[in-house]
Amino acid sequence: MRSPAFWRIVILVIAVLTLEILCRTGIVDSYTMIPPSMMVVALVDMIRHADWFWADASYTFENIAVAITLSIVLGFVFGLVIHALPRFRRVLNPVLLSYYSVPTFVFYPLLIVIFGIGPTSLIVMGAMFGIVAMISSTLTAIDRIPRVYGKVARVAGMNTWQTALRIKLPAATPRLFSGLTLAVAYSVTGVIAAEFIIATAGLGRQLTLSYNEFDSATMYGLILLILIFAAVSNGLLQSWEARIYRRWYRS
Amino acid sequence: MKQRWWDYVILVVGMLVLWQLTFYVVGPDAITPPLQTVQQLQILIAQDDFWDNVKATGIAFSYACVLALVGGLLTGVLIGSSKMADQILSPILGTLYSVPKIVLYPVILLIFGLGMPAKVAFGALHGFFPVALFAIGAIRNIPPVLLRTSRVMNLTWSSLARSILLPAAWPEIVTGLRIGFSTTLLGTLIGELFASNAGLGFMLMRAMDIHDVPDIMALTLLLFLIATGANTIILAIENRVHAHAR
Repeated sequence: MRSPAFWRIVILVIAVLTLEILCRTGIVDSYTMIPPSMMVVALVDMIRHADWFWADASYTFENIAVAITLSIVLGFVFGLVIHALPRFRRVLNPVLLSYYSVPTFVFYPLLIVIFGIGPTSLIVMGAMFGIVAMISSTLTAIDRIPRVYGKVARVAGMNTWQTALRIKLPAATPRLFSGLTLAVAYSVTGVIAAEFIIATAGLGRQLTLSYNEFDSATMYGLILLILIFAAVSNGLLQSWEARIYRRWYRS
Repeated sequence: MKQRWWDYVILVVGMLVLWQLTFYVVGPDAITPPLQTVQQLQILIAQDDFWDNVKATGIAFSYACVLALVGGLLTGVLIGSSKMADQILSPILGTLYSVPKIVLYPVILLIFGLGMPAKVAFGALHGFFPVALFAIGAIRNIPPVLLRTSRVMNLTWSSLARSILLPAAWPEIVTGLRIGFSTTLLGTLIGELFASNAGLGFMLMRAMDIHDVPDIMALTLLLFLIATGANTIILAIENRVHAHAR
């Protein structure tokens, strides 16, 4: 009996091979989809030769980085503030509960009107999408710190800062990290989707252009790049998260 | 945390005040104030093509929702009922759920062409994964003692599903269905924003192309109200299911 990971690789290989055969034999025509092997070739070719690639890639990744930082830092700070004000939290609760049911992208046209077409709109969109996950996780993280920890801190004669840094923060780390993982995934989606809808530069913008110009090599190269980036960054964060949980909740 | 009705009142009033203040800060070129936005929404509703667009979005969303919820539920129950399938496939589904599916929209447009089928496919693609993942999780969390009892009682597969699996997993499945509903709406609307020829998202993009701020505001408000309204109703149903299960 092989490990699940082995079977996952088998399934992946079969899926890619099936796609390759469907495309090569012309059952799926080349205007609709190019064979996976050609996608990889197109991606490598694009990274090495396309004159726009590094400029647009760094534009996108810079915006993503700023959006992620904003949603994590602000989300954590807002989480702390909201937790400290129970009355305010009760009023705000319906917003936190139903936030992700509102398709946030409907606000993007509005952001463009307010901030113009440019990095600011993209960053705000990405941060708006990620921040609430971080706020909610911060709230749960603090809620779930066992009461007895605070008592222990008091018995040990720790002051407020010591309690916060050496007791509460470590105790809250696993759930904070879950929020961080979500905030990263959401911010990436937010920035790329916004670029895709309307932008002046970036990988999402290039994807739209290549689609409009029927340039399937560039289009599939970009799709592959973004999917690999998202899957790898998400996979790394999740295995890191699993490790943190194992360490904290071993018993 | 018990929610009281005046909490909602404070929330709505607070949001309206914040909106009005933002209007004073950024000015009439960027946004319209609440009252004017509602009036503009009334004007929009009275227009001829408005209901056609509502219908276009509504039909696309309904099809997408049925596909995502039924497909996701069946897939989830099938995978969830085998421990090996769960271990092998759940991480794949999780990864697919987390990647930005927006980049697949050009592929879907190439396959289905511009119009209703592309929107339906894209909406369903968004809703399918959360429904499936929640269903798998729901079955995984069924207490093993229930399954052992059913084996002792020699239940057939159908009576096992009807009397044990579904009732035990139902609360978590309902949560998945609610999230699937929201993400399907998100997918359908993104599809309309990027490329379509009808629907509320299409109206929003058309208003943005000609920089029609009152229309943008009115449509954003409408979509916000539809989404929160639907979510509130489903959340209420979900809470009743969860309370009943306890």
